[in-house]
Amino acid sequence: MTLKTEPFVLNIGPVHPSTHGVFRMRATLDGEVILDIEPIFGYLHRGVEKLAEERTYTGIIPLTDRLDYLASMTNNFAYCLAVERLAGISVPERAEYIRVIIAELQRIASHLIAVGAFLNDCGAFFTPFLYMFREREKIVDLFEMVSGQRLLYNYMRIGGFNEDIPDEFLPALAKFTQQMPGFIEEYEQLLAKNEILQFRAKGVGILPREMAINISASGPVLRASGVKWDIRKADPYSVYDRFEFDIPTGTVGDCYDRYRVRVEEMRQSLRIINQAMEQIPSGPVKSEVPHLIRPPIGEVYARIEAPKGELGFYLVSDNSIAPYRCHVRAPSLINLTALRDMMRGWKVADAILIFGSIDITMGEVDR
Amino acid sequence: MTVALSGEETAKKIAEQFSGAVIEASDQAILVKSDSLSEIAKYLKDTPEFNFDYLVHISAVDYLDYFELVYQLASLEHNHSLVIKTRCYDRENAAVPSIVSIWRAADFQEREIYDLMGISFTGHPNLKRIVLWDGYKGHPLRKDFL
Repeated sequence: MTLKTEPFVLNIGPVHPSTHGVFRMRATLDGEVILDIEPIFGYLHRGVEKLAEERTYTGIIPLTDRLDYLASMTNNFAYCLAVERLAGISVPERAEYIRVIIAELQRIASHLIAVGAFLNDCGAFFTPFLYMFREREKIVDLFEMVSGQRLLYNYMRIGGFNEDIPDEFLPALAKFTQQMPGFIEEYEQLLAKNEILQFRAKGVGILPREMAINISASGPVLRASGVKWDIRKADPYSVYDRFEFDIPTGTVGDCYDRYRVRVEEMRQSLRIINQAMEQIPSGPVKSEVPHLIRPPIGEVYARIEAPKGELGFYLVSDNSIAPYRCHVRAPSLINLTALRDMMRGWKVADAILIFGSIDITMGEVDR
Repeated sequence: MTVALSGEETAKKIAEQFSGAVIEASDQAILVKSDSLSEIAKYLKDTPEFNFDYLVHISAVDYLDYFELVYQLASLEHNHSLVIKTRCYDRENAAVPSIVSIWRAADFQEREIYDLMGISFTGHPNLKRIVLWDGYKGHPLRKDFL
């Protein structure tokens, strides 16, 4: 006698600890194997692009904080860069160095959460996650020192910064950069060669090189698929062309490669911070910027290498105090394009892992 | 450094292949007829000289008289970029051809423009609202949305 079976539809999320926010996956299952998956977005849609059309250029900075809320500093950075290019505002050299230091610290903080949450999804339940939160806390302390905030910093300004970094910041940063390589070593000893982790992550959720380019993946997801593409090198902004660092890449494009790329990127970020601390000049941190900025009629697309990938702002100005159009090129959304291809054929437990390895923030996906 | 290809020179090469498809070209961007959009996109992707394998992003702007779609292209091999634009004058039945079959990166982005700006993409395999719910009235990013 044969048993009649039929595919089973399961909603994973929107409120589920493994979806890292309010994200829903509508999975069609054959037993435990995923036949098809449909991502469903919009639970955190706040209409940021529409809101931006009614705010002054400076007033939009707090909105950008709330896109990728685990990397607010780099959001500020990308937006300020776009307005500065649109309005032709220069940034003092000291401010450029502070921006680089802050952005690289933010990359480490974001990758710590990405890697920690990924290991959590692998089954290393909360121990590595809390190890990494311990170090993230040190970065958040540094950010609190400069901005007074611990999550949504609202720190960068068009044309530089409102205030210079406090005197105690650089010594505290030096202490952090001395300690951090030891901590990364600690994670590596605990996990990099762990048999369970390798078994679960190697060869799982492969994103082939051609597909990664075709879906415009960016950031660690693209690099793990073997594409040596980093905007800090390919299209240098700020003062990134003055630092030496490598672009870590993967070979296969599986979950393990994405994890490895992120760990290696933390080391490279520390290299950049160390060089920036040596070279940082003294001087002003803000150029003369009018209270209400009215950029000339025109448009601009400015992009940076955010922790999650290529974050860009497309701004259209009609010479008024608010942008006519403000579009965000969100890496989290675009990196999800191949989710179905990456998950098909794997089990539900692997799907959680694959999703975790892409590293998204719903604030940026839904905007 | 990413080199922005001159729109005027690239437009000449496009016009050689597709006569009448280019409406105007400036240094920053090329404005093309929406009917020829997918052919031009395919040409730019497959010609080794351009090799635009990477669609950076798509955006749409409501200029009240027309909608303008902005396609930012890049080549990872040559590290150059180009902006292609097309316009859509019909507000009621706004539609342009989809380019999902050329760059899959367009998938969610076209759905987002359809959702928020109300422009249909003919040929899109799964064109439905992405961030707002089915049955939502209007398209918030339009300038006449209140």
